[in-house]
Amino acid sequence: MELISPSELAREKVQSVQEYSLLAGRSIANLFRKPRYVADTLQQMDSIGVGSLPIVVLTGFFTGAVVALNTAASLNKFGALSLIGQLVSVGMVRELGPVLTGLMVAGRNASGMASELGSMVVTEQIDAMRALGTDPLKKLVTPRVISTVVMLFFLVIIADLLGLLGGNMVAGWFLGLDSHAYWSSAWQTLVFQDVFMGLVKPPIFGFIIATIGCYYGMSARGGTQGVGKATTEAMVVSSILIIAVDFFVTRLLIVLMGYR
Amino acid sequence: MGDAVVFDDVVMQFDREVVLNGISFRLPRGETRAIFGVAGSGKSTILKLALGLMKPDGGHIHVLGQDVTLMKEEDLFELRRKVGMVFQESALFDSLTVHDNVAFRLMEEGSGTEEEIEERVREALSFVELEHTMSMFPSELSGGMRRRVAIARAIITHPEVLFYDSPTGGLDPVTSTTIVELIVKQRDVYKTSALLVSHRLQDAFTMAKNHFDRKANRMAPLPPGERSEVPLSFLILREGKVIFDGDAAELVRSRDEYIREYIA
Repeated sequence: MELISPSELAREKVQSVQEYSLLAGRSIANLFRKPRYVADTLQQMDSIGVGSLPIVVLTGFFTGAVVALNTAASLNKFGALSLIGQLVSVGMVRELGPVLTGLMVAGRNASGMASELGSMVVTEQIDAMRALGTDPLKKLVTPRVISTVVMLFFLVIIADLLGLLGGNMVAGWFLGLDSHAYWSSAWQTLVFQDVFMGLVKPPIFGFIIATIGCYYGMSARGGTQGVGKATTEAMVVSSILIIAVDFFVTRLLIVLMGYR
Repeated sequence: MGDAVVFDDVVMQFDREVVLNGISFRLPRGETRAIFGVAGSGKSTILKLALGLMKPDGGHIHVLGQDVTLMKEEDLFELRRKVGMVFQESALFDSLTVHDNVAFRLMEEGSGTEEEIEERVREALSFVELEHTMSMFPSELSGGMRRRVAIARAIITHPEVLFYDSPTGGLDPVTSTTIVELIVKQRDVYKTSALLVSHRLQDAFTMAKNHFDRKANRMAPLPPGERSEVPLSFLILREGKVIFDGDAAELVRSRDEYIREYIA
C-alpha cells in the first residue's frame, strides 16, 4: 500500500471539500436556471420517495414499538405507564423519526445515486452527455437533490405516524393500556418546538444524502472497483454526517427556541 | 472560412507525466485527419481537449473559430451542439432505448414534435442500417451495433465537425470494415470535417484508398491514380510530440525509423 504524505492528504481532503461545496452550491443554483428537468425530478421523487416507503414504514413502526417496550419497565416502577404515549411521541417526532429515516434513506439512496452516477462516469456516459450539450449537474444532480429534500420531509411524517402506531400496538397488546389514553397523551404532549424541530431536520438530511451520493458518484474513478468504493463511501459519509449534523441542528434549535 | 480545429502548442500533464508536449496542428474545414500513436500517447486526450471536456495545462485550442481553452463550461454547451463525438466504448446511455439515445440531443433542445424527432431518428439509424433496433436497449446490442448507434447519435444534427475516438477499437475485422465504411460514407456524402483517433493504421489506409459509391451504395476502391474528394492526412504522435504530419503517400515514403517500424 502506497503511503501518502500528510500534506498531500490534507491537500486532497481540502480539494474534496471544495469540489463538494461547488457541486452542492450548483445543485441549488440550477433551480434558478433553465432548462429545468421537471420530468426527471418527478421520476426521482417516485424512485426515492415511493421506493423508500417500505423500509421507512417498517423502520418507523418497529422503532416506535421498541421505544414503548424498553420504556415500559421503567415507567411501570413509578406507576406512570400511561406516559408511554408521550415518550414515544416526543422521541419519534423530535429525534428518532428524522434520524432513523434519514439513515435508512441514506443507505438506500445515497449508495444508489453514487453507484448509478459512478457507473455513468466510468463508462464515459457523463462525458457523452456533456459532449451532446447537456449539463449533467442540471440533468442528473439537481433533480436528485430536490427530490430527496422534498420526499424525505414526507417520509419522516409517515415514519413518525407509523412509530406512534407501533407504540400503540405495544401499549395495547402487551401492556394493556387503553388506546384512547395512549393517543391522547401522545397528541397533547407535543408542542410547537417538537414538531418544528422534527420537520426542519428532514430537508437538511435530504440535502446531505443527495449531495453526498451525487458527489461520490461524479468523482468515481478506476472502473468497477472505483464505483464500489464510491458507493460504500457515499453511504458511510452521509450516515455519519446525518448523525453529526443532527447534534448541531438540535443544539442550535434549542438555543433559538428554548427546550420545550 | 477558417479551420475547423487548431491546436496551438498544447501541453497536457496528468500528475507528473507529460502526455502532450507542445502539440500543434490544424484541421482545415471539410478535411479528415487521422491521429495515430501507441497506447497512452494522448490520442483520446486530444479529442477531449478539443471538446473542452478537459482544459490543457498550456497552449490554445480553437474549434470552429472559438478558443475553447478560455470558455466556461456553460458557454461550451452551445459550441458542442455543432460538434459530434463517437466515444471509444460508444458511451450510449444504458437506461435509454436506441431511439432515445439517438434522439437525445433533439429532445434536449426541443427540436420539433415527437413525430418529427422520430423521423430524424429513423433517417440517422437507416444511415447506419439499424432502423430495426429503435426500441432496443444498448445491452441487447452487439459491440459493432452499439458503435453504429453511437455514430447515428453523433451525426443526427449534421454537426460541422466529427470526432471519432477509436471507432473500431475492440471489434473484429469484419465489423471494423463496416464501421470504416460508415465513416467513409459520412465523409464523402456530407463532407464533414473529422478528426479520427485510432491505433489501426489499416483503417486509415482503407479510408485513403476507397470512396463511397452512391450508385452502388457501398464503399469501393478509388480508380487508380485518383484521390478522394475529401483530403485525408495523417498525424503520428510519439512521447507527446507530433513526429509526422502529411498524407498517405508521404507517410509511406518516410525514412524515419520509428515511422517505418510503426507502419510495417
